[in-house]
Amino acid sequence: MRRRSKIPEIYVTLLLILMYLPILVVVVYSFNDTKLFSWEGFTFSWYQKLLHNRNIITAFFNSLELAALSSLSASVLGTVGAVGIAGRHFRGRGALENLSLIPIMVPEIILGMAYLAFFSFLRLPFGMLTLVLAHTTFCVPYIFINVKARLAGLDPAIGEAARDLGASAPRAFFDITLPLIAPSILSGALLAFAMSMDDVVISFFATGAQTSTLPLQIYSMLKMGVTPEINALCTLMLGAVFLIVAVGRLVSARRQRRA
Amino acid sequence: MEDVLLSLQEICKAFGETEALAGVSLDVREGEFLTLLGPSGCGKTTTLRIIAGLESPDSGRVLLRGEDMTGWEPNRRPVNTVFQSYALFPHMNVAKNIGYGLRLKKTPKEEIRRRVDEMLGLVQLPGFGGRMPNQLSGGQRQRVAIARAIVNDPAVLLLDEPLGALDLQLRRQMQTELKSLQKDLGITFIYITHDQEEALNMSDRIGIMNEGRILQLGKPDEIYERPQTRFAAEFIGQSNIFTAEVAGREPNGTLTLLYAGGVVKACGEGTPGERVTLSVRTERIRFGEECRYGFALTGIVRAHSYTGGMLRTTLGLSDGQELIVSGMGGGGDRAEVGETVHIYWKPACAAIVERGDQHEARA
Amino acid sequence: MKRARKGRGFPAAGVPFLLWTAFFVAIPLIYILCMSFMKRAATWGVVAEFSLGSYAKMLSPAYLRVFGESLWLSVLTTGFTLLLGYPFAYFTAQLSPKRRSLALLLVIVPFWTNSLVRIYGWMILLRSQGVVNALLIALGVIDTPLKLLYNFGAVLVGMVYALLPFMILSVYNSISKLDPSLTEAARDLGAGKWRAFWSVTVPMTRAGIMAGCVLVFIPSVGLFFISDLLGGAKTMLLGNLIKNELLTARNWPMGAALSVVMMAATLLVIGLYQKLSGEKSLEGIV
Repeated sequence: MRRRSKIPEIYVTLLLILMYLPILVVVVYSFNDTKLFSWEGFTFSWYQKLLHNRNIITAFFNSLELAALSSLSASVLGTVGAVGIAGRHFRGRGALENLSLIPIMVPEIILGMAYLAFFSFLRLPFGMLTLVLAHTTFCVPYIFINVKARLAGLDPAIGEAARDLGASAPRAFFDITLPLIAPSILSGALLAFAMSMDDVVISFFATGAQTSTLPLQIYSMLKMGVTPEINALCTLMLGAVFLIVAVGRLVSARRQRRA
Repeated sequence: MEDVLLSLQEICKAFGETEALAGVSLDVREGEFLTLLGPSGCGKTTTLRIIAGLESPDSGRVLLRGEDMTGWEPNRRPVNTVFQSYALFPHMNVAKNIGYGLRLKKTPKEEIRRRVDEMLGLVQLPGFGGRMPNQLSGGQRQRVAIARAIVNDPAVLLLDEPLGALDLQLRRQMQTELKSLQKDLGITFIYITHDQEEALNMSDRIGIMNEGRILQLGKPDEIYERPQTRFAAEFIGQSNIFTAEVAGREPNGTLTLLYAGGVVKACGEGTPGERVTLSVRTERIRFGEECRYGFALTGIVRAHSYTGGMLRTTLGLSDGQELIVSGMGGGGDRAEVGETVHIYWKPACAAIVERGDQHEARA
Repeated sequence: MKRARKGRGFPAAGVPFLLWTAFFVAIPLIYILCMSFMKRAATWGVVAEFSLGSYAKMLSPAYLRVFGESLWLSVLTTGFTLLLGYPFAYFTAQLSPKRRSLALLLVIVPFWTNSLVRIYGWMILLRSQGVVNALLIALGVIDTPLKLLYNFGAVLVGMVYALLPFMILSVYNSISKLDPSLTEAARDLGAGKWRAFWSVTVPMTRAGIMAGCVLVFIPSVGLFFISDLLGGAKTMLLGNLIKNELLTARNWPMGAALSVVMMAATLLVIGLYQKLSGEKSLEGIV
């Protein structure tokens, strides 16, 4: 046996450090007792200021609402779409599928531009409504793809067996198909939620002056100048993400052990 | 006329350009074990799916006890299916799987539990109710799939190659179990397989299918001994298939035919001078020092090959054709290679599978 | 056994999905295609009059320079992500299962964090009074702070950083499917380590490489906020140009025309990918 080389570990570790360096810097600076870039001592003051910054708090809740609404409506649309066309043969199916993937294929700015123009043309009031429409559109593919892949892996006889045993078509869907594709809907929806929470470009064009989202708020604050509250906010968000990921890992590890 | 339970009338079905069923008619009798036997793509699964209501026919009717159920949704039909892949619901345990049909009928909980337990006992899986499908072996899944279907007391149970995924030994065991289950419950089975041994072993009647048609329907021994088509002769068992010319008909109906410079006999229809195709099972051919039944045919022993319990002998005829004969081959009376022997069979063992006109059409 | 399934013709359940896709994907895109051939109105909006003016204007040197710079940045971004990401994916596949899943998890987690924040981290690092300069001065490598931020290099760093996970994941996806006995066979036939890598591993993972390149190249054209924040006003990319035409110059037909060009380029890249990889569906790259 060859001796295992250490190079893989070293390279992977180094690149991961480099990837987390900017994140780490943000965390560290959130506790820095100055607006400047030098280290002036430890403080929690930015966290207090954050809690009193109405703009950030509002934007944060706007983003939550937007991401929740969009991923929810996209889950329904994407699931219905995937279930609807699963196993069906009709002309233009490939074209429809490719078209439905466009929102996550093309550079976001094209969609942003298109929505700015299209929603003005429709005279829709720019704000939460237009944001939800735009975000739902780019969230649908994440659910659609996930569910479609899951359905392709399912034995079609399972649904037929339910029908054969006396279930009406809707009953068979809710008893059998839906529970089996639920994990895929959920993972697609989670990804869509994250993408919606993080979107800068499309929101930039699809929102009005009155409604800001968290990424847009951060963007404008970064363009204005240094605002350590953002460091604090980001640290909190990072903490939340790591907590969720860690809990998820624990739960799935426990489930695996049990199985 | 026996009781006809299920009747298919002139069912046709095409998928796009491909014709899956080209006019299938079939009467299934109450309580029988009927097998549809044929190669893959012959339309047997489509037939089953049309009975279950999972496909709708382009034309033709499906009658159950005389009632037309052609347009019924699958959930309204009193038939249940055992799927080839078993199609157990992976997110439900065994008891939930078996009880699903009863739950849909709003059967009381107590009753469901009792019936599920009864079924688990019947398929010899007592105490397995709490297991998930992925914790079961292939054979156990098979049993659950059967229990899930028969718990609903179907008028007809449809089985789509249910033993296809099992290994040979388990398959033999399940064949016996299925057969006795069917006898005990008295449920009508329509069973699909491409395995001739399985079909011959289990069925009351067999329907041979090919290219969207039922070619022959009959008891296993009829199907085996009297194939009506070349396809049936070739698909089941091993046959010698050759053409001969009808020379005449004896008073008792036996035909005399000219073949390979000799005379052979067969039972069936034929007019003198007509060329017909004969099928003779390899184990029905005899050879020895003299001919019987009025035969006059000789051949030279070309080769023997021993295939586990059976001896296969190749006989060369004077015109260069060959006949394959299989026999027990034990004892000392086996002919040496190169020896000339006289060949014969019981006239009833030779079936005419193609008549002259059909033969011309094929050529 | 092949069995044609029940479904033929367009399914009723697919209708909402079809309508949504038509109304919010197809029609808006067709609308900007039309708009790109219109004239701008004096103050705001467009006049429905046919004009090739916007396209003609693109041929001016100022626009061509932005196209060139934008394209160059995207090519460099793609190249660097591949250069950094391929070894990462390759080495990750060789780690023990536990470490492997941890490494992959750590690659995915940044997706869940705000991308602006990560770019902001680089701003802190690269500023003239930032961490990197402070470190270099403290080490005595330099006397005066280097100008690390607000230039092409900083934008490139940000782009590579933001898009690296896409490359890693799609390359890893195809490396993990690679049958290890193939490289072993090559080694057995006398190929050296490098030879086996170049003649077996790389060609066998071509699909992942191409998907990764498409996944990095396409968004890199439009990420205007990265060049905004890290490049200052100096680095103008196609994305910034569209944004400025829309919001600053208020020349919507021009913005539409630039979007159409970008869309055409995107479709070209996707078409090229489909042709080279033999992959009909687009799902291999999402």
